[in-house]
Amino acid sequence: MSFHPNDIQRRGVAATAAILVAMTALGSAFFRAQVLDDAAYRLSSERNRLRQVPLPAARGVIYDRHGEIIAENVPGYSVSILGASADSLRSTLVALTRILPLSEGEVNRAVQRFRKDPNRPTVILSDASYDQVAVLEEHRVEFPSLIIQSAPKRYYPDGPAVAAFTGYTGQIRDTELGTEAFEGYKSGQEIGRSGLERQYEAELRGREGSRFVEVDARGRVVRDGADRDFDAPVSGQVLKTNIDLDLQRFIANYLGDTLAAGVVAIEPKTGAVLALHSSPSFDPNRFIGGIQQEYWDELNADKVRLPLYNKAMQGLYPPASTFKLATAALALQDGLVDFDSRMPRPCTGGYVYGSRSWGCWDKGGHGAVTLSEAIAKSCDVYFYQLGLRMSLSRLLAGGVSLKMGERSGIDLPSEVKPLWPASTAYLDSTFGRGNWSNGETLNLSIGQGKNSQTVLNMARFYTALATDGFAATPEVVARSPERTQILKLTPAQFAGLRAAMGDVVSGRGTAGSAAIDGVQLAGKTGTAQNETSRDHAWFVGMAPQDDPTIVVAVMLWQGEHGYAAARIASKIISHFFKRPAIEPANVVGN
Amino acid sequence: MIKRVVADYPLALLALLLTAYGVAMVYSAGQTDAQVVVDMNAWQRQLMWLGAGLVMAYVVSRASVRFLEWVAVPAYTLSIVLLLITLAFGTGAGTAKSMSGWLTIGGVRLGQPSELAKIAVVLMLARLFAGRREAPKSLVDLIVPAVAVLVPWLLVMAQPDLGTGMVFVGIFFGMMFWAGTSWPLLLLVASPAVSLILAFSTGLWGAWFLLLVALVLWFKPYVVEGVVLIVANVVMGVAAPVLWDNLKPHQQSRILVFIDPQQDPQRTGYHVIQSQIAIGSGGLTGRGYLEGTQKQGAFLPAQTTDFIFAVLGEELGFLGVSAALTLFLFLFLRVIRVAARANDGFSSLVAFGLLASWFVHVVVNVGMTLNLMPITGIPLPFFSYGGSFMLSCWLAVGILVRVSAEGRGEADALPIGLRR
Repeated sequence: MSFHPNDIQRRGVAATAAILVAMTALGSAFFRAQVLDDAAYRLSSERNRLRQVPLPAARGVIYDRHGEIIAENVPGYSVSILGASADSLRSTLVALTRILPLSEGEVNRAVQRFRKDPNRPTVILSDASYDQVAVLEEHRVEFPSLIIQSAPKRYYPDGPAVAAFTGYTGQIRDTELGTEAFEGYKSGQEIGRSGLERQYEAELRGREGSRFVEVDARGRVVRDGADRDFDAPVSGQVLKTNIDLDLQRFIANYLGDTLAAGVVAIEPKTGAVLALHSSPSFDPNRFIGGIQQEYWDELNADKVRLPLYNKAMQGLYPPASTFKLATAALALQDGLVDFDSRMPRPCTGGYVYGSRSWGCWDKGGHGAVTLSEAIAKSCDVYFYQLGLRMSLSRLLAGGVSLKMGERSGIDLPSEVKPLWPASTAYLDSTFGRGNWSNGETLNLSIGQGKNSQTVLNMARFYTALATDGFAATPEVVARSPERTQILKLTPAQFAGLRAAMGDVVSGRGTAGSAAIDGVQLAGKTGTAQNETSRDHAWFVGMAPQDDPTIVVAVMLWQGEHGYAAARIASKIISHFFKRPAIEPANVVGN
Repeated sequence: MIKRVVADYPLALLALLLTAYGVAMVYSAGQTDAQVVVDMNAWQRQLMWLGAGLVMAYVVSRASVRFLEWVAVPAYTLSIVLLLITLAFGTGAGTAKSMSGWLTIGGVRLGQPSELAKIAVVLMLARLFAGRREAPKSLVDLIVPAVAVLVPWLLVMAQPDLGTGMVFVGIFFGMMFWAGTSWPLLLLVASPAVSLILAFSTGLWGAWFLLLVALVLWFKPYVVEGVVLIVANVVMGVAAPVLWDNLKPHQQSRILVFIDPQQDPQRTGYHVIQSQIAIGSGGLTGRGYLEGTQKQGAFLPAQTTDFIFAVLGEELGFLGVSAALTLFLFLFLRVIRVAARANDGFSSLVAFGLLASWFVHVVVNVGMTLNLMPITGIPLPFFSYGGSFMLSCWLAVGILVRVSAEGRGEADALPIGLRR
């Protein structure tokens, strides 16, 4: 080899140069990464290491009109897992099945939730029991990616008594995530599912907070990031309702679990909903944190009384004789009758129109009655003739002006729209042109036929009778009372209608047994004919008769006679006024 | 036989500083929050291996270069035998689980024979190149040294240990260069490999081929050589896609990830990305010793061994990186000086061969942490945890100390007859 010092010298210089170049190149690469691009890498590093753990916000507390709590939050526990990858999450979950009863479906759903939002802890149990938490804490070391934290849990102290309007909350579903309607929601969050919880979700939900935990490469929690900014959750807004919780409780207790009924109590001058109940009810507390399948099955097993079906605003029933006040008021408004008017044909227990005889409920007949007496005794024959006098088209238009075909507009979701034919065209389309007769007028004038109302909408209509013709929009949460004029009558005429309704609850009327000591109750019974089962009992009443401060509508499913509903309404109103109800002395029919 | 040896103190000091730095980093790399398999006590064993390495270096520094020249052939032969045994019965470990680089007897891992092989190949090549009167002038002159490297190279690549293979190639080219091989000849030797890489772009390969033809015409090797070279390049260009198809998927993905780590960030690209994040987030001054969060969370792969430099970059920042690179630079320059001042060709070549080996290790390992080099599982001298590697590094230091001492006349070398 060539080993002359000059050659060696030359090669030494070349080697030195090569090494210098290489080391400088390495150094500059590090300079670029560590000094120039430092910030970006720093961010990546933080994102690697820190995981945001959401801190659920407490939902807004719901109060009744006197400041009593309807819905609040109690401490609960949520269990979630920080997954590094779908596979590691799955293996952790499978390992967890040793100590937690997780089904394969639940594991798969959790993995799906993780895939949608890998940086968010995947909620496994949104409402873990103390026992579950105790067991998990015992095995904490085996599952370092587990996050067990306290989470406010929705609680309704009165449970079933308030379910009809509070509704309940539940975890957002995977199918809802990412849709427009649920924009901004993240997996594992609680949302209002029905009732007030859903209606006022935006105010009640509050704002989720967060804390940071430090994780290792496998997503295991190694440290709670106490040194990081702690973003405290913001509780939801307080909701003050018009509900009179004492009255609501009374109604729920009185109806118990055996009767199937819908009840609405409204303050006629404001529309404030004092109570709204559907019986039998369900316990919304058992819906929180995921409803247990057996409870769900149990509720759905009652195919007759349908606990999950809100009879106050989802059920549609023929209003029957409670509608006669609408017929009477419209006739008065049109000047067709006054309170002393009698119809051409006295009631003999039936009325022949067309080719058939239309019966009155009292086969004995009411004789030649005035309008006032016809209301008190609920004489069908009188109202047949009154309807015919008005004509069908006027009756239909009148019903529209009384908003019999519209929702009451209560601030609760899933109110069902009542059924009222806007014009004869509806009858044409239902029965077929020429397949119906003017006899429909007779049906409609006594609240039968193509007329189905919610308890709530009948209560709304009666608020107009209880005042000066202005119907109040029912409102659960006190916001902006709204009243719409639907009737134009003189004060004397309103007084006359209320007096006739007062007679209903007297020895002369159909619900004499519902009178209250010291408070003049006025109202109207109804017995809705039901083709498939026993008749439904209705009563819509108000008190005191002279200047009503409460309107109560009761529909007792298969209650058979209106006075059965009237007695319930009477109990409710007497409780409201703290007056004893008069015990039924003599029972009069519908 | 040996009376006195005055150590090359700057060289020894640099090596000691680097090792101390390295042990400190191995200690830090073991301090994690993660309940994962990170060797917490590696630093203690590393210190133990350092002790053994120091003893070995001392002993070797007492041995004359002539002894090394004598031992070259037995050592080389032993290495080949060990590599063969390893290939047959070896086991994998660490990031290189799929390889069989460890010599294991009765479940006890004795070490990686490839570490010994690196030094043996250096000694062997030094013997072969020093035995010639003149620098290699033609490809024919390079055939014997080439075969001497090719045999262990093939055995190592069969493990497969691409990293050590690269080290052998680095040693071979470094020593060819130091033996006085001319630049054009070096280029010609390297040309088939260049063809292999450039074959993936027809245009680039075409340009390279034209350049090669021009080089051959200018350098005027023997006609046979020229033809062999041209043919080799064409064959490589054609064979490249075939070779690519024959690579195992994990080998292909390593190369693809080298080109773009983000293409598979969760799997193969993960190591590189995490390492880059660790280094980049270190900034100028670092997160502080023991404070690296990427390290603590075990986001770094093989953080006590292959990616130890990422721990350093994260915790000590650009300043710490600069310090380490500067120490390496000084060490390299010192070794060049030792090689340049050696008494004879063999000593000089041994020194330069060891330098080449270290240099490839440093450039590939450090480059790998920033994705400047593909991940080949190659350790960082004096830093990466590992017994055989620590021993081989300090064995090299011992040899260099001896060569240096003899070069300065500060060791009583045996017959200095070869000195010119």
